[in-house]
Amino acid sequence: MTHTAIADQEDDSHHPKSFIGKYIWSQDHKVIAIQYSITAIAVGLVALVLSGMMRLQLGFPDQFSFIDPSAYLQFVTMHGMIMVIYLLTALLLGGFGNYLIPLMVGTRDMVFPYLNMLSYWTYLLAVIVLMASFFVAGGTTGAGWTLYPPQAILEGTPGADLGILFMLISLAIFIVAFTMGGLNYVTTVLQARAKGMTLMRMPLTIWGIFIATILGLLAFPALLVSAIMMMFDKLLGTSFFMPAILSLGEGVDHSGGSPILFQHLFWFFGHPEVYIVALPAFGMVSDVLATHARKNIFGYRMMVWAIVAIGGLSFVVWAHHMYVSGMNPYFGFFFATTTLIIAVPTAIKVYNWILTLWRGNIHLTVPMLFAIGFIFTFTHGGLTGLMLGNVVVDLPLSDTYFVVAHFHMVMGVSPVMVLFAAIYHWFPKVTGRFLNNSLGKFHFWGTFLGTYAIYLPMHYLGFLGVPRRYYAMGNTDFIPESAQALNASITVSAIIVGVIQVVFVINVIWSVFKGKKSGHNPWNATTLEWQTEHTPPRHGNWGDKLPVVYRWAYDYSVPKVKDDFIPQNVAPEQVIMMDSQDTNNEEKT
Amino acid sequence: MNIFQKLTEKPWLANDDLALEGNSESLSSSSQVNTSMPAKTALYFFLSVVSVLFLLFTITFLSRSQAVDFQALAGEPWLPFSQPNSLWFNTGALVLASISLQLAVLFARQQKTSNLLITLVLATIFSATFLIGQFSVWQQLTLNGYALNQNPANSFFYLLTGIHGLHLLGGIFALVRVVWIYWKKSDTQSLTYSLKLCTTYWHYLLIVWLFLFALLTATPETYRTIALFCGF
Repeated sequence: MTHTAIADQEDDSHHPKSFIGKYIWSQDHKVIAIQYSITAIAVGLVALVLSGMMRLQLGFPDQFSFIDPSAYLQFVTMHGMIMVIYLLTALLLGGFGNYLIPLMVGTRDMVFPYLNMLSYWTYLLAVIVLMASFFVAGGTTGAGWTLYPPQAILEGTPGADLGILFMLISLAIFIVAFTMGGLNYVTTVLQARAKGMTLMRMPLTIWGIFIATILGLLAFPALLVSAIMMMFDKLLGTSFFMPAILSLGEGVDHSGGSPILFQHLFWFFGHPEVYIVALPAFGMVSDVLATHARKNIFGYRMMVWAIVAIGGLSFVVWAHHMYVSGMNPYFGFFFATTTLIIAVPTAIKVYNWILTLWRGNIHLTVPMLFAIGFIFTFTHGGLTGLMLGNVVVDLPLSDTYFVVAHFHMVMGVSPVMVLFAAIYHWFPKVTGRFLNNSLGKFHFWGTFLGTYAIYLPMHYLGFLGVPRRYYAMGNTDFIPESAQALNASITVSAIIVGVIQVVFVINVIWSVFKGKKSGHNPWNATTLEWQTEHTPPRHGNWGDKLPVVYRWAYDYSVPKVKDDFIPQNVAPEQVIMMDSQDTNNEEKT
Repeated sequence: MNIFQKLTEKPWLANDDLALEGNSESLSSSSQVNTSMPAKTALYFFLSVVSVLFLLFTITFLSRSQAVDFQALAGEPWLPFSQPNSLWFNTGALVLASISLQLAVLFARQQKTSNLLITLVLATIFSATFLIGQFSVWQQLTLNGYALNQNPANSFFYLLTGIHGLHLLGGIFALVRVVWIYWKKSDTQSLTYSLKLCTTYWHYLLIVWLFLFALLTATPETYRTIALFCGF
């Protein structure tokens, strides 16, 4: 039987014995998930503060003495790196992946619980090394989150001595942590599903996390390779990426290396990384939409195939980040084509989400609001992505605020909207209590409208030609004075949105202790995690017997059935039909 | 069921054509009760991760090999790897390590404990010989003026052999752990499974090494041909 995995054996060798075993050195996937989430959110709040400081300089130049040009570049760099890798990747896969995979596929734990624990502690080490780089001589690296050589390791860039080393080491540690976690997620999905849980009966959340994990396993090595080779260049004087170059008037010891090679490696990781973040978000938003619209997801098979297709295509589009690097025009043509092709499965998904809502019994709960908000922000960011995918459009817009607006809409705001939807949706399962509804609605409208106030004007700034990453504009003729007013308004919006996130944190902390009790299945959802004996689920998840799965994850509003949902583990003969109708069970089955 | 059939099944109709009996049957028949299945799956995924790692290193190597300052370590007769005798010796050690482990699996299955012990010790010794041999090649290279930062070809030699060696070192730790668990629990069946996985890993590392050996000791002409073929 496939579902008899290591974690499911009779011997209870990894049952916790003490407080420390239960909450600190825990091998329970749920505890590890919460550890991952708290660490990721904490480090994400640091990155949020950094972005606020960046915005202060941009909105009100030279008003704040502690933001000098070096500090500004360091804020930009760390904000990007933390948000993309240490917050989004860790929270979506380490947090939600860990929590949901075993519960949704119906197993007791990950197949390698010890490795799972090790994965978290290695991730924590990566975060500590990263945070330590704020306190070393010279501060963190200010090379931009892409860490392009040669400037990343040359004198003159902030943190070129120690900051960059800490960054590279931290990334390498993170990749080790991710690989340990990722092997666990993939193997659990493939080997430890409950009886009856065929691949096509899995909720889309699991599909998204599963494919994203495979992408991560195959893409992160590229980052590891570039990190190792850059460390060699920095520490041992090799010339993998470093060309012969004059630095501060003196020749460096390197010669002949190719910085473009680094860019290829970096983006071979960097582009799949976009989908490592996006695919779990796609999956989770599908489940939230179906549950709160009381309707089966439209085109389930198309949704699965689209996830797989996007995953495959994401490995052949990387050079669209490098149109300005002077590549062969045929090369650019190829990558523009693949980039536009990837819009097809993505558009299928967007249509299917909208058609899922069509004539659904929509409950405008807070998770649903965030999920619908996601459809707006994602479509918006996706469309600007189509523009930038074309070489001729990208060349003038490259490295302007248009690009900043594009990727913040598509892989900043959108996954964050889904993360909030997911937190509001699954919080009752994790804690047994609801998050406060009024605060939640306030949080949603503030965040949704606020992010538009931030990023919509940025598109316009980009068209004006305002370059990104600049500390100050200086005397630039083609940028009108009014751009500064726009920048100031963006900064005010950003700070308001940042403060609203504090409301969310307060809401979480308050609700853990005082929130309204939710019961087992407050949203009347069909997926297995809502069918556990206890809420929050105890160690081992399922009591004595593992669940048996009889149906797919989207039996909402089935005709002639009494309830508007049938959980996945309800056998055909147990389904209660409507009284007034002919209650013929055979007909249903 | 093959993967395409699985991915085209219509889950909302599952109750009709995939009656639960057939369903559970296919589940149980597709893989026997086998606690090492997850470990095997995870190992294969891990090997693909490592393959991507070495593939990317190889691509960077080939791309960098076309720069003007790249001086290959083989080709002209005076270059160190035109006659790579020491590397052949190391290769022999690694082949013997793989064979010993394969024999160890055989003995573990037949429960011949003393033979098992000998083959395991031999496998460890041969692997260690390989690592020490690689290290002495490094020393020879440095002594002869082919230091790490002298030339990209040298850098790549140290880098690739180093990464490969680290993987083998990790394998030795895993092997020791397997023996240690057997020492404590003396469960022959799980020992056989774990040794099988170790053997797969060793064979894999041997193949990677043969590939690296061929790559790192090829002549500049070979690099140019491959690079032309790949379009660098």
